[in-house]
Amino acid sequence: MRSAPQVPSLALAIAAAAYLAARGASALDAASLEKLASGDGSAKLAAVQEAVGSADVASLPVLRALLEGRLAIAAGGRAVVEENGAWLDPLTRQTASVAAAEVEKVSINNRLRRTLERAIAALGLFAPRAADRLHAARTLQEGADEDLLPVLDRVLAQEKDGQVREAVQSLQGALLLGSRDRDKRLAAVDVLRRAPSTRSKRLLLERLGGAASDPGAEPDPAVRDAIHRAVNDIDGSLRLAEVVGWVFSGLSLGSVLLLAALGLAITFGLMGVINMAHGELLMIGAYATYVVQSFFRAHLPGAFDWYLLAAAPAAFLAAGVVGLLLEVTVVRALYGRPLETLLATWGASLLLIQAVRSTFGAQNVEVANPSWMSGGVTVMTGLVLPYNRIAIVAFAGLVVFVVWLLIERTRLGLLVRAVMQNRGMAAGLGVATPWVDMLTFALGAGIAGLGGCALSQIGNVGPELGQGFIVDSFMVVVLGGVGQLAGTVLAAIGLGQVNKLLEPFAGAVLAKIAVLAFIILFIQRRPQGLFAPRGRAAEEA
Amino acid sequence: MTGVLATARPLQSRRAIALVLAAYAALVVVVPALNLAVPAGSAFHVSDYTVALLGKFLCYAIVALAVDLIWGYTGILSLGHGLFFALGGYAMGMYLMRSIGREGVYQSDLPDFMVFLDWKQLPWYWLGSQHFLQACLFVVLAPGLLALVFGWFAFRSRIRGVYFSIITQALTFAFMLLFFRNNTGFGGNNGFTDFKRILGFAIASPRTKVALYVLSATALLGALALCRSLVLSKFGRVLTAIRDEESRLRFCGYDPVGYKLFVWTLSAVMCGIAGALYVPQVGIINPSEMSPANSVEIAIWVAVGGRGSLIGPVLGAALVNGAKSWLTVSFPELWLFLLGLLFILVTRYMPRGVVGLLSRGQKS
Repeated sequence: MRSAPQVPSLALAIAAAAYLAARGASALDAASLEKLASGDGSAKLAAVQEAVGSADVASLPVLRALLEGRLAIAAGGRAVVEENGAWLDPLTRQTASVAAAEVEKVSINNRLRRTLERAIAALGLFAPRAADRLHAARTLQEGADEDLLPVLDRVLAQEKDGQVREAVQSLQGALLLGSRDRDKRLAAVDVLRRAPSTRSKRLLLERLGGAASDPGAEPDPAVRDAIHRAVNDIDGSLRLAEVVGWVFSGLSLGSVLLLAALGLAITFGLMGVINMAHGELLMIGAYATYVVQSFFRAHLPGAFDWYLLAAAPAAFLAAGVVGLLLEVTVVRALYGRPLETLLATWGASLLLIQAVRSTFGAQNVEVANPSWMSGGVTVMTGLVLPYNRIAIVAFAGLVVFVVWLLIERTRLGLLVRAVMQNRGMAAGLGVATPWVDMLTFALGAGIAGLGGCALSQIGNVGPELGQGFIVDSFMVVVLGGVGQLAGTVLAAIGLGQVNKLLEPFAGAVLAKIAVLAFIILFIQRRPQGLFAPRGRAAEEA
Repeated sequence: MTGVLATARPLQSRRAIALVLAAYAALVVVVPALNLAVPAGSAFHVSDYTVALLGKFLCYAIVALAVDLIWGYTGILSLGHGLFFALGGYAMGMYLMRSIGREGVYQSDLPDFMVFLDWKQLPWYWLGSQHFLQACLFVVLAPGLLALVFGWFAFRSRIRGVYFSIITQALTFAFMLLFFRNNTGFGGNNGFTDFKRILGFAIASPRTKVALYVLSATALLGALALCRSLVLSKFGRVLTAIRDEESRLRFCGYDPVGYKLFVWTLSAVMCGIAGALYVPQVGIINPSEMSPANSVEIAIWVAVGGRGSLIGPVLGAALVNGAKSWLTVSFPELWLFLLGLLFILVTRYMPRGVVGLLSRGQKS
């Protein structure tokens, strides 16, 4: 993913080289340089337009120099540019030995200045970095004219970056839309329809005007009709982008909830231990990630992008060990006394918070994302999915899969299920139940640590990190139904979706309150959650 | 759980009653006298700060008593009683905000935070908030009705044990989020503060403070008497039965819902009254009172003192909060360590709390 941005620029360089080779010309030839430096205004104008027309990126420094008054003619009619106080030959980029006294600046008039500015922006469309090209395209959206169209065609022929393409297409559509040629206008409507954005829609609606009698409005009924249809299409795809965006952000929130709650689904859901220190296990995982990250930054900066590969196991281990200690010292003595467990583990959570605060300070610590996590992928127009969110969703899926494997397909999982279903029978058959309890609790704690590792990538890491998740985690597990891994997954994703769906109408806080109210009411109807265990076992919970 | 608390019969001996009355007398006579009559320089002078602090503890003790009633006797652990406390406080705070009059920063008839939000008139739910009697009514009604409705839903569908605890925690969390919003109309983050007077008396004057303090002590005594008569009655026996063996009770023909609902609502109302007494003494109420952590802390006061003993939670509230006031000033780093250890040690080794230790000493 890291090398992704370089691919288009590489392709661009190859394409440009091939193009120039085909023309059989060097990047900036002496003839056009002579024209640029000549006293003749129209010759200069023609040379600038030619440079743009042939996408001559190499002439950019000279054009800039001309615009900024750094292009000059030395003795003997030789053109030189000033860069950082030295005179260079623009063709060879070697220092030219010229006496300052005999240099004469090439002057430009306002018309040429405007042309130059546009030309420089247009040539920016061929810049090696995608961000620069995008910037150039956005700059050109303010006041480009039809001369630019051939350049845009050439850009579109080779541009690979989705966002830049979108911007250039929109630009192209806007330019064509003002054309006198009816067919070109129809083509423009089509181009804009295929680049659905609010800007395209605005351009089309402007062209449509208030009424047909409007002087600037589109006169041709066929084109008007096409515009109407295009606007409808754009509305449709904008709505689709919005819905997909919602669904994704719901999925992403759901994954965060799932990672936060999955460990609890094991300790509370399977074992029935009310672990109020669960949030703090998340926090420990996040801090373990921070420690590993700091280590990589200090000692292995070259491998920094891959520190998460070490941080995830470290987070699992750190939280798992803390969980193990918690089980042995506190939880074990209180099995079967849930309210006491609740209070004692709450006490443990306070201890952990204060311990972390004393060690790392009360302030939030900075956990940097690996570079491949920044940025995002453009799925469709107007919808960019950030890589870090995608990574969280994928990670949540992976963790669920591993936990499922562990519980359903391994011997340890078998023992865990046996002990949780019928402790006495399992013990009678020779299962060392205290060991299984301890390992199960440590496993749940370790998974919480993984959740914390993931949370550190998208939010603040501080001693109070866990406190914010404790209510949410319990809601997810209770809603999903105790002892049901599938229920937990569904509840987390469902809650994420509902939350994000409500947000646009009610705002984030009211949405959250509504979700809490919904859960409280839901529990009234189905006290055992979405997936209720049937029969008399239900009464025991 | 069964058995640990089964035999607790609180405040029955004459000696215990005499002790409580003596403590009350000391609190309402000696402390005010030492505060108002003894000059500030004297070694016997009790400072205004101490009076306010004791007043605060008395309010906490009422809350602890309320939680003991529902947890210690009925076996329902609420992790949301901070909400009822805060609601009572907000109800009283609304009156106090209105009685600031035009002396606020913006010199408007509206409370400052509303001017700040550019509101032109009071929201409908603030109507009549300038009347003290209405405030008193709301102090009872707001927590009472919320508890009634919530309890009716929860008890009817037989939500018990930790499920109930977790849901009450979610309830107070939701309300905290709601009250943090500026647009809810209760001052957002900052809540209510800068009160000037109550019933025409300046709220900062030592006499007003002592009056509020005496009122709190009396309210505590009243609450103690009420709870005592309640748990010693036949009704109280049913509560204990709900705690120890709810299913069997149901098989005997009792419907626990009504009992639970009554005691749950009563407990919430007690908290509301405590909150209403607390706010004028402390001078501020904000949504952090509703944070889940606060409500869990109440449970530890009760556990430390000894649940199911009425007097224990009162002691526990005083002990824990006394330690907190001292430690958060002297050793701020240590306080959370101590509180955390307290949670663990008390639940593991002192199921009957301080009162349990004391009575064991008596028996041997």
